[in-house]
Amino acid sequence: MDDFYREEILDHYFGSSQRGRLDHPSLSADGTNPLCGDAIHIDLAVDEQGTISAARFDGAGCAISQAAASMLTEYLEGRTTDEARAVSAEEMLKMLKIPFTPARLKCALLGWKTVQKALTPKAEPDQPAANS
Amino acid sequence: MSSGEASPWMTDADTDHHLKESFMGRAGEIQPEPMFDPHSIRADFPALAREVRPGVPLIYLDNAATSLKPWPVIRAVQAYDVDFPANVHRGLHTLSEEATAAYEGARGKIARFLNASSDSEIIFTRGTTDSINLVALSWGRATLRQGDEILLSAMEHHANLVPWQMLAQEKGVVIRYAELAPDRTLDLDSFDRQINERTKLVAITAMSNVLGTIVPIQEITRRARSAGAVLLVDAAQAVPHQRIDVRALDVDFLAFSGHKMCGPTGIGVLYGRQALLDQMPPVIGGGDMVTHVDRAGAEWNELPWKFEAGTPPIAQAIGLGAAVDYLSQFPWDQVVALHHSLVRRAEALLSAIGGIHLLTPPNQVNGGVISFTVDRVHPHDLAQILDRSGVAIRAGQHCAMPLHQTLGLAATARASFYLYNKHEDVDVLAEMLQNAQKVFHRR
Repeated sequence: MDDFYREEILDHYFGSSQRGRLDHPSLSADGTNPLCGDAIHIDLAVDEQGTISAARFDGAGCAISQAAASMLTEYLEGRTTDEARAVSAEEMLKMLKIPFTPARLKCALLGWKTVQKALTPKAEPDQPAANS
Repeated sequence: MSSGEASPWMTDADTDHHLKESFMGRAGEIQPEPMFDPHSIRADFPALAREVRPGVPLIYLDNAATSLKPWPVIRAVQAYDVDFPANVHRGLHTLSEEATAAYEGARGKIARFLNASSDSEIIFTRGTTDSINLVALSWGRATLRQGDEILLSAMEHHANLVPWQMLAQEKGVVIRYAELAPDRTLDLDSFDRQINERTKLVAITAMSNVLGTIVPIQEITRRARSAGAVLLVDAAQAVPHQRIDVRALDVDFLAFSGHKMCGPTGIGVLYGRQALLDQMPPVIGGGDMVTHVDRAGAEWNELPWKFEAGTPPIAQAIGLGAAVDYLSQFPWDQVVALHHSLVRRAEALLSAIGGIHLLTPPNQVNGGVISFTVDRVHPHDLAQILDRSGVAIRAGQHCAMPLHQTLGLAATARASFYLYNKHEDVDVLAEMLQNAQKVFHRR
């Protein structure tokens, strides 16, 4: 009855095997949509070759934000951090296969943004950006 | 307000008694309260005639965010732009005189609507947020000293929270919070524990935008007076839903917006007691707020223009005046009865469904708001599923994050009613909530 809340989305929402935390993550980040209360935590385990051996998400929020984080972490396992960084917002939305209204984009992209944050080297606050 | 009319500002016991009385006919039998008929005015609101998408009519239940606009308001705004689109207080030509008369006429309508002592006590602002910030930046900065206290409640909207937090940071002022009772009404005992001789300001909502809870302002006024504190009331939700008499309530400041009461966006009001406004410095400098300017300095204009620098939102102020006229024509106790009836129906239908948790205090006099959560369905997903059926509700934290932290909830769903909502709207809401449950419960 509902193309938006397809079986696949609800499977990822309710029963994702990606949900959880890693004991010793190489990279982690937290993301929130403060005004709607969605929260995502991302853990990535990266091996010496730069390949993501495990990716997990944890958090609370709407079906879209949680399903998107589940799909993305599943997709990232076995890929390199460079490949992960190259995943665009458009590709994230394609994974979800849902027509998004502007209001739901924040939900759909929270997991993706948090992964990008985890993959970004933490800059020292006083250090100028490399290209400035 | 006519004498004998049900007032939500009475204590709960008074109100319950009054409500019971109004249900009793002369022979003592229970009679239905006379109730406003929303069908009689739905044609006034063009948005109600639109379809959200082909074949799907609009069921608008997001009135606590903003109300729909009726034709008389739309036409009043348009009349300014078409007939006398001139600046106010400046020109000596006919159009400017007409614009000034309409703008100041709107101020007069609002002053009478609130029973203010004079038009000078009505300051036009951009909205509730702007009004509260004006008090914080003018009265607050000039008056408050390190160690002074501001008392808020646990259910404030960010508009009546963040300006005080900013001021507290700047001035070293302490903010205290009156807590909610277990039934999610204001806990007056907690209020009494928080108020003291250091409390210089009580800033409190008259009606929670999340819970619909009505705060007994007269009880608050009494307490603020005996502590010697100034009282500011955030009436963004209350003015659209209840007749408010600022002199009877004895408040010092009262802030509200036009757009939640059938008026345009971009216009709001700060009511202030004249004796306080007279002492307050302006916050924004510019044209119209001065009587004399030379290279050395300026002299401030008199009230209310001292606080209205620059060209104001003229069309919007005139539109708000038209909204006051529009709402004033209805027997308001009957409109209040309609809102109560819609909330009671929603309480009954939603409680019967199962898996739905109501946050709105049950069986309370309520300003037409019902908030809830649904097991396994996030409020955003609910709002999206309901939108497909044309039902507009709000989901999220409703600009009240601290309240949600207190309630231990990441987000809630809210349906809010106004005078054009029908009982059938509530029935559709209940039906569509069940549909949403089916989508999420099928596994």
